[in-house]
Amino acid sequence: MVTIEDIIKEENKVFSKTKLLTDKTFSYCPGCGHGVAHRIIMEVVEEMGIVEQTIGVAPVGCSVLAYDFMDVDMQQAAHGRAPAVATGISRVFPDKYVFTYQGDGDLAAIGTAETIHACSRAENIVIFFINNGIYGMTGGQMAPTTLIGMKTSTSPHGRDLYNMGFPIKITEMVAQLDGVQYVTRQAVHTPAAVRKTKKAVKKAFENVKNRKGVSFIEIVSNCNSGWKMTPVKSNEWMEENMFPVYPLGDIKG
Amino acid sequence: MAKIRGAVVVDVERCKGCVICVNACPTNVLNMSKEVNGKGYSYSFMENPEACTGCMSCSMVCPDVVITVYRMKVG
Ligand SMILES: Cc1ncc(C[n+]2csc(CCOP(=O)(O)OP(=O)(O)O)c2C)c(N)n1
Ligand code: SF4
Ligand code: SF4
Ligand code: SF4
Ligand SMILES: [Mg+2]
Repeated sequence: MVTIEDIIKEENKVFSKTKLLTDKTFSYCPGCGHGVAHRIIMEVVEEMGIVEQTIGVAPVGCSVLAYDFMDVDMQQAAHGRAPAVATGISRVFPDKYVFTYQGDGDLAAIGTAETIHACSRAENIVIFFINNGIYGMTGGQMAPTTLIGMKTSTSPHGRDLYNMGFPIKITEMVAQLDGVQYVTRQAVHTPAAVRKTKKAVKKAFENVKNRKGVSFIEIVSNCNSGWKMTPVKSNEWMEENMFPVYPLGDIKG
Repeated sequence: MAKIRGAVVVDVERCKGCVICVNACPTNVLNMSKEVNGKGYSYSFMENPEACTGCMSCSMVCPDVVITVYRMKVG
């Protein structure tokens, strides 16, 4: 008879939290995809052995405290300005692996100019774009990425095309720019999606070595609090509603 | 025939009770506790430990990275 105690032994351990996540409890709501996104980025940095060469730039948004959770050198930027800050860091330290981690309000609203121009300048950085279609941190307001018909605190009857326009597909937009070498859209809500995203994260960091410009990874994620759903329901809703507008897969490179 | 057995350890005090792992487990090992932890969250536990294969599906999607997974060959 094999007991649980026989199985739970150091030599049988196949998964545990990466050392590159600090002991601080994430400030995220239960079920929020930000935590999984943090974890796989840090796992890749650990597996590639580049912790001393990696510098991250945190945004304004729910992930404003990313520097408290990711145990690599980090800088926090003003809202939307992470690609500009990452530009400076990467130019001063050209051999470092510099990345930004930004929400959709940060990257595709107030930071649109910084995003597009960093991409156009072929900065040697990785951009992680966590698209949950909403301003999570400030109470679930409509973002440029909010879906048509989607209810938010500032579109309580659903986003209406006539008054509020179309959701912006900024990932497809940056793929048009010559300064961007790799663009992909992934998710982190299922084990299979997590494994794919991890491969994409690794490819993006490896691209830093060839100095051919930005690698851009969108992660379509849930904001169960802002969407006012349970975490499990929000992931189902995301598959049914977000993925048709933001289809997963490689877009460039 | 060699069989794979697994087990998970949930860091109960850091679990936020989101139920995502319960939903992700292909062999229905996990369920949510009736008790709550210090933060007031119901936490995930192995209700059917014999069915665990150590596949790591739960740990892949746990947003708070509170699941440790073990796996061994038996027989
Ligand atoms: C200059 C400036 N304008 C506005 C704000 C208010 N603000 C804080 S977070 C945020 C949006 C966050 O949304 P997102 O980037 O999508 O991140 P999420 O919380 O959804 O992960 C806004 C508008 C701010 N902090 N600074
Ligand atoms: S408000 Fe939304 S994005 Fe922010 S932590 Fe909660 S679920 Fe995540
Ligand atoms: S390791 Fe696999 S089988 Fe075991 S509890 Fe987790 S998901 Fe279920
Ligand atoms: S996924 Fe993680 S935080 Fe959520 S219930 Fe399971 S163990 Fe707890
Ligand atoms: Mg957002």
